[in-house]
Amino acid sequence: MIQFDAVHKRFPNGTTAVHDLTLEMPEGGVTVLVGTSGCGKTTTLRMINRMVEPTSGTIRVGGRDVTRQDAAELRRSIGYVIQQAGLFPHRTVLDNIATVPLLLGWNRKKARARAAELLQTVGLAADAGRRYPHQLSGGQQQRVGVARALAADPPVLLMDEPFGAVDPVVRAQLQDELLRLQKELSKTIVFVTHDIDEAVRLGDQIAVFRTGGHLVQCASPAELLARPADDFVADFLGAERGLKLLSLKTLADVPYGPAPEGGAWTLVLGEGNRPLHWASKETEIPLRPLKDTDSLLAALDESVASPTGLVARVDADGVLTGVTSRDDIHEHAGAAHSEARVAA
Amino acid sequence: MYELLKNLGTWLTSGASWSGSDGITHRLAEHLQYSLLATLIAAAIGLPIGLLIGHTGKGAFLAINLSSFGRALPTVGLVVLVFLAGGLSMLPVYVALVALAVPAIVTNTYAGMTAVDPDVRDAARGQGMRGHQVLFQVELPLALPLIMTGLRLALIQVVATATIAAYVSFGGLGRYVFDGLAQRDLVQVLGGAVLVAVVAVALDLLLSGLQRLLFRHRTA
Repeated sequence: MIQFDAVHKRFPNGTTAVHDLTLEMPEGGVTVLVGTSGCGKTTTLRMINRMVEPTSGTIRVGGRDVTRQDAAELRRSIGYVIQQAGLFPHRTVLDNIATVPLLLGWNRKKARARAAELLQTVGLAADAGRRYPHQLSGGQQQRVGVARALAADPPVLLMDEPFGAVDPVVRAQLQDELLRLQKELSKTIVFVTHDIDEAVRLGDQIAVFRTGGHLVQCASPAELLARPADDFVADFLGAERGLKLLSLKTLADVPYGPAPEGGAWTLVLGEGNRPLHWASKETEIPLRPLKDTDSLLAALDESVASPTGLVARVDADGVLTGVTSRDDIHEHAGAAHSEARVAA
Repeated sequence: MYELLKNLGTWLTSGASWSGSDGITHRLAEHLQYSLLATLIAAAIGLPIGLLIGHTGKGAFLAINLSSFGRALPTVGLVVLVFLAGGLSMLPVYVALVALAVPAIVTNTYAGMTAVDPDVRDAARGQGMRGHQVLFQVELPLALPLIMTGLRLALIQVVATATIAAYVSFGGLGRYVFDGLAQRDLVQVLGGAVLVAVVAVALDLLLSGLQRLLFRHRTA
């Protein structure tokens, strides 16, 4: 667990970056720090591994005051990922990943073996290890950055806009990978971003900062979306925050029935009962079959586009299980909102 | 003009002008010895200064001004000054050559250090490297191409200027220039000048080739 207790940071030029911050980041959870630029979120993150020293207040990691530890040793025990990855251009990918183990005094062979293992963990091919960073794409470099941060298996991971510089498709992939990794590793992650969608997607808890380093609200994504503390948070969450809430709920509880027969539109199935498209006498309309793990938001989107208002549901293998009506989706969407209001 | 070039060719190719204690081989060896020693001393002074300024970010003012100072420094004047103060020895020559070489080394080393990506430096500290580890494991290797450029430029300037050793009665290729001037032997003057130029250009090509070989897998 990471605890901020009345932490204040004023820079020598007089600007206050963080104002009287008291905040807990729970063990094994993802805390996302969001806010406009200059709101102190990055400074907050960098105070955890003493890249920035607080002016007053205390920060504890695992119960120990960070300022009472040797800064270099503290940093070796905390994973650190930054926006442009910050890989060492003169070292191979494998040696980049082995950085912290080598600093901790592991022998080269053991450090390299660990690095090779991590290449796989972050989804890179083994032969990428011999390459130099500039030979990799931006997304691959970011994966190496994550692998380097994980090399010595630190309990805490600090990520400063790690996916900010890659294109949206790769970013979504990296977010999925991070969620998958987190399921396996359960690190205490502090993640800085200015992208509210990324925050909602990744965070167990989201801390919203306002210019001047004020923490405005810290809550679970559902709570934040259902009950923003003030207009600033509401504005920051954007006009579609009602829809964003639906992205947090899955289709698992939404019922389905048999596909209709004999109407104007038929659900056309392919090999192995896999839904292909809707067909009428004149035309075909493509569809996107949804799994139980897909979100209510995706279902709403699909039902609006569907000519029948029906959404095709499939199991993990893509085989049709049934269809869900627009009404059922709406009902659950409404329920999700009232649930969030009660919880908040 | 044709006559002069013909005589120059004869002088450069005759075996007699290459052998003996006054021969080109010996003078060339002396010249290289002065140049390399002066550059080494300059490197021993300039590299730590450049690295320190680059690593700490303090004293950048010094690094920037040193280069213009170095350009403005009258080398021959410096030789005479130290000669007057210290008497006849190689010391004035080395002082002048080192003073000539240090600015190029300091400014290029500093430039190499400032060219290191701040994100990379930040990541190095953030992974838990101590100051000296950041310097020797990250900054120095990344600054090395520019540092080598600085050493190369310094060496070439020194080679071109080491002729002044002959001005205070020592050896090197400058002997031909100064003796030739004294004897009104234009062929010898020209021969000395050509040899200095050839040595400087050859060293430049050799070292830049070496640099390309060493850093071939780096990005531009």
